[in-house]
Amino acid sequence: MLELTGITAGYDRGRPVVRDMSLAVADGEALGLLGPSGCGKSTLARVAALLHTPWAGSVRLAGETVTGHRFRAPRHQRTAIGVVFQQPRLAADPRLRLRDLIAEPARATGRGRELADRAAALADAAGLGAELLRRRPHEVSDGQLQRACLARALLLRPRLLICDEMTAMLDASTTAALVALVEDYRKEQGAALLAVGHDRVLLGRWCDSVREWDGDGNPAGAELLTQE
Amino acid sequence: MATTHPPTPATEPEQPWHTPAHERRGTRKVRVTTSAALVATAVAAVLLVPLLFPLDQQAIDLTSRLLPPSWDHPFGTDDVGRDLLLRSVYGLRVSLTVGIVAALVAAALGLAVGCVAGAAGGRTDRLLMRLVDTFAAVPHLLMGIFIVAMFRPGVWPVVVSVGLTHWVSTARIVRAEVLSLRTRPYIDAAISGGAGRRRVVLRHLMPAVLPQAGLAAVLMVPHALWHESALSFLGLGIPAHQASLGTMINAARGPLAAGDWWPTLFPGLFIIIPTLAIAGLAGAWRERINPRRRSELVL
Repeated sequence: MLELTGITAGYDRGRPVVRDMSLAVADGEALGLLGPSGCGKSTLARVAALLHTPWAGSVRLAGETVTGHRFRAPRHQRTAIGVVFQQPRLAADPRLRLRDLIAEPARATGRGRELADRAAALADAAGLGAELLRRRPHEVSDGQLQRACLARALLLRPRLLICDEMTAMLDASTTAALVALVEDYRKEQGAALLAVGHDRVLLGRWCDSVREWDGDGNPAGAELLTQE
Repeated sequence: MATTHPPTPATEPEQPWHTPAHERRGTRKVRVTTSAALVATAVAAVLLVPLLFPLDQQAIDLTSRLLPPSWDHPFGTDDVGRDLLLRSVYGLRVSLTVGIVAALVAAALGLAVGCVAGAAGGRTDRLLMRLVDTFAAVPHLLMGIFIVAMFRPGVWPVVVSVGLTHWVSTARIVRAEVLSLRTRPYIDAAISGGAGRRRVVLRHLMPAVLPQAGLAAVLMVPHALWHESALSFLGLGIPAHQASLGTMINAARGPLAAGDWWPTLFPGLFIIIPTLAIAGLAGAWRERINPRRRSELVL
């Protein structure tokens, strides 16, 4: 499904955050990326989500080589990946009501009408009632907002879901609800998952395999842990 | 035996670093109320007076030249016997219209250029910002005169001239704002959801900077009003026979030298008072949407 080969990426010239890193997620597989803060796992996730242009290395998505990132990536490649970010506050446009937030990708791709029912069903599955859907991001809790962000990420039926510390800011019951929502979706669509986090227990239970690297910021020395 | 007391601790209140908040709020309220009342009066006057008292811009009455203020002519008359109160209101109407339209043109242009530069980045951004620098480097009154001189005198050349010379600051503000917004995760989320550049700019970035651009537009109105008056005063803007605050003050130079003060004073006040009132309102709005700046101003 997704293949990253020899990725080197960073933000400031000459100081790479990710160095020569490779990674593959098979169709339907759930891979966890585990590591301390600042080790580059989020940067790698952003490269995988086609949101950050790597300095070197190649990205292959569903057998196609990705030739550009962000706006340069063709729309079908971008929408094949659903992304959930760590901080829902920052990942939600403060002016959009939750209803519009969830429907946003459908409207951006000109499928607003076609996917209206799916948006409603997802909001319902995420436990967001009609009253909540009328509110704006600053009027709901982090957990409620993250549910809406997850619904938004699932709207276009992505074949790969990337969750970058999706539950890091949330309590245990909301975490469980969100993970259950992701798992229901994956069972239904056979989608792959790349989950980034630092919660060893959660990722260990959630993912088929977990890739961990230590805190020296050098992911080249990563080891592979496989869970039953 | 006299006991020595330790020096009494300072009980008198320390010199406040700045006016206490409640007092400051009081003066701000007075300022906002006064400004709003003045702006409302000016707008009502320029809308209603032309309906009730039509003015023939060319009519003169040489038997009542340069009459000082009286009950018949509260502002007096000018050197060809025209009533100055009525002409001042008509002049304010022209100046306000030009000021508002020019400010809107400038803000819209600045918003568009700033959004494109900030969102596109790279070579487009550099090119547009060098253009902004170029415009900013030329004294804008001079460039305004140059633009106005290309057309026949009238209202529109003044609007174009003021609009084209004043979009630069708005473009800079908007670009800076867009630069800080474009790396937010919600923009990433929109890109990931399939949104193109145009949609990201129009649906996510522009609405976010609209309040800033709106504020810039309002702050621009008094400035544009002054430019209209300046251009008309120089004889480049509004045609000389048509009432405008600038043309009136220009025509009043002769009488002023002869000691007749009213043809200069009243149109002058009609420039200054609305300007201060609009600036007062805009200042209050800026403090409202940008509270950090407020605390910096207090210190």
